[in-house]
Amino acid sequence: MPVVNWLKRHLVVIAGVLTLAYLLLPNVIVTVFSFNKPKGRFNYQWQQFSLDAWKQPCGVADMCNSLSISLQIAVWATLGATVLGTMISFALVRYRFRARGAINSLIFLPMAMPEVVMAASLLTLFLNMGAQLGFWTILIAHVMFCLSFVVTAVKARVMSMDPRLEEAARDLYAGPVQTFLRVTLPIAAPGIAAGALLSFALSFDDFIITNFNAGSTVTFPMFVWGSAQRGTPVQINVIGTAMFLLAVVLVLVSMLINNRRNSQKA
Amino acid sequence: MSTLTEAPPPLAPAEPAAEPPRRRGRFTPYWLLLPGILWLVVFFALPLVYQASTSVQTGSLEQGYKVTWHFATYWDALSEYWPQFVRSLCYAAGATVLCLLLGYPLAYLIAFRAGRWRNLIMILVIAPFFTSFLIRTLAWKTILADNGVVVHTLGSLHILDLTNWLGWTAGDRVLATPLAVVCGLTYNFLPFMILPLYTSLERIDGRLHEAAGDLYAKPWTTFRKVTFPLSMPGVVSGTLLTFIPAAGDYVNSELLGSTDTRMIGNVIQTQFLRILDYPTAAALSFILMAAILAMVTIYIRRSGTEDLV
Repeated sequence: MPVVNWLKRHLVVIAGVLTLAYLLLPNVIVTVFSFNKPKGRFNYQWQQFSLDAWKQPCGVADMCNSLSISLQIAVWATLGATVLGTMISFALVRYRFRARGAINSLIFLPMAMPEVVMAASLLTLFLNMGAQLGFWTILIAHVMFCLSFVVTAVKARVMSMDPRLEEAARDLYAGPVQTFLRVTLPIAAPGIAAGALLSFALSFDDFIITNFNAGSTVTFPMFVWGSAQRGTPVQINVIGTAMFLLAVVLVLVSMLINNRRNSQKA
Repeated sequence: MSTLTEAPPPLAPAEPAAEPPRRRGRFTPYWLLLPGILWLVVFFALPLVYQASTSVQTGSLEQGYKVTWHFATYWDALSEYWPQFVRSLCYAAGATVLCLLLGYPLAYLIAFRAGRWRNLIMILVIAPFFTSFLIRTLAWKTILADNGVVVHTLGSLHILDLTNWLGWTAGDRVLATPLAVVCGLTYNFLPFMILPLYTSLERIDGRLHEAAGDLYAKPWTTFRKVTFPLSMPGVVSGTLLTFIPAAGDYVNSELLGSTDTRMIGNVIQTQFLRILDYPTAAALSFILMAAILAMVTIYIRRSGTEDLV
């Protein structure tokens, strides 16, 4: 009976931990298989331990090239979406204007639309305009779908901001530019950073919209997609593992800095 | 006190002077909105118009397409591809239910039970986002491999017999079956369920649980009558965030499924990028959009009223 009681009391914890395991299992597999030395073209079965892929991460033709294209697109898309999205958020929170409802739904709809619909319709537009598919069409698409997420993130932050802080700055004879740079922007920064981070992750990892509008340009997700048909090199696992570790380390470092700052304040 | 009440008159002449900044600011919101909104109009709204127009065009790639208001394309597309439509909605619904069942305990754990582990668990939930989802989906090929541990275990526990009977798996395989696709969809969209659930659970005042306990509610009753109703906003946005992308997805079906598990996304992709039958592809995509928007609207309305009751 004690066992049953214990199980009963910890049911939520057990179920939660199992879900966490389900979420992380693929990452474990990706990491383990980055040390594999597969026999055939596909890296789905464990053969033997090897460091080959880690020693030569760019040993596969075109992979690192696609990685650099993805990074470039992600950086520019993040920059574009963050600037445009932040401007929209400030307008939405701080000003009164016409057609607010229409603008709100225009921002909400891209998030409530299956990606394949946006991808197909955007391709229709580009085909009709006779646009050359490639880097620029991918970039345009990425800014488009990242924009709404930035607006959502920044808006939440700006809304919770005390407008009296800006009034105080103005009372202290700060000009509009100075007020914005010294008071508004620093307070809104966490929201902007969250929006930018989300944009980067979304853009870097996007496959469906990119696949429709890329022409002959190959991004990293498209390379992985192609390799699922042609044969999966171990190097894609190396990249996957490195990205995962980098993300965890970055988050841990930012948390440590935050903690230290908070304890200093206290 | 009298100076305070008398204060307004001297201020009155100053009012016109306060006008310029307001007037200067009158167009500010429009300037702030213009570039971003223009971007969305040109690259989100306008394409939908183009797509609607393409769906009623006839012609061929060589001779070009003309708008002929050929609505029969919709009928043809639906009568040919309704199984894929139904399948997409079923898989997406299955994945959404599974996400809710799996995600709720974890969100609950993070919100109420994790203590000092909370941040670490949050990182572990979000971090997989930063590994390409295609690589992670391919890992399921290894996990569900025919001679792998999972298939062996399910087989020896006779669970595969049950899923075979239900038509979720076939033979002694999990890969290339509906079960694998739904499992992949669930996995891919689970964080989109967990995060909104966590956000709404975290807002719940812990004292409400204590109050329910003081009123002799058993833990399960507390959950059913207090916690779950209060987490409804998270449930609604979580289910939307999983159902919508899952219904349009074609990656899981392509990588983990077979030709028998093709979803509507696969059809749209093939029509658009390989067969180059633009009117049919546009019609299918339009039907998918309309179906999802209609379902989402009804769902939000209904859950909204339930929330109030």
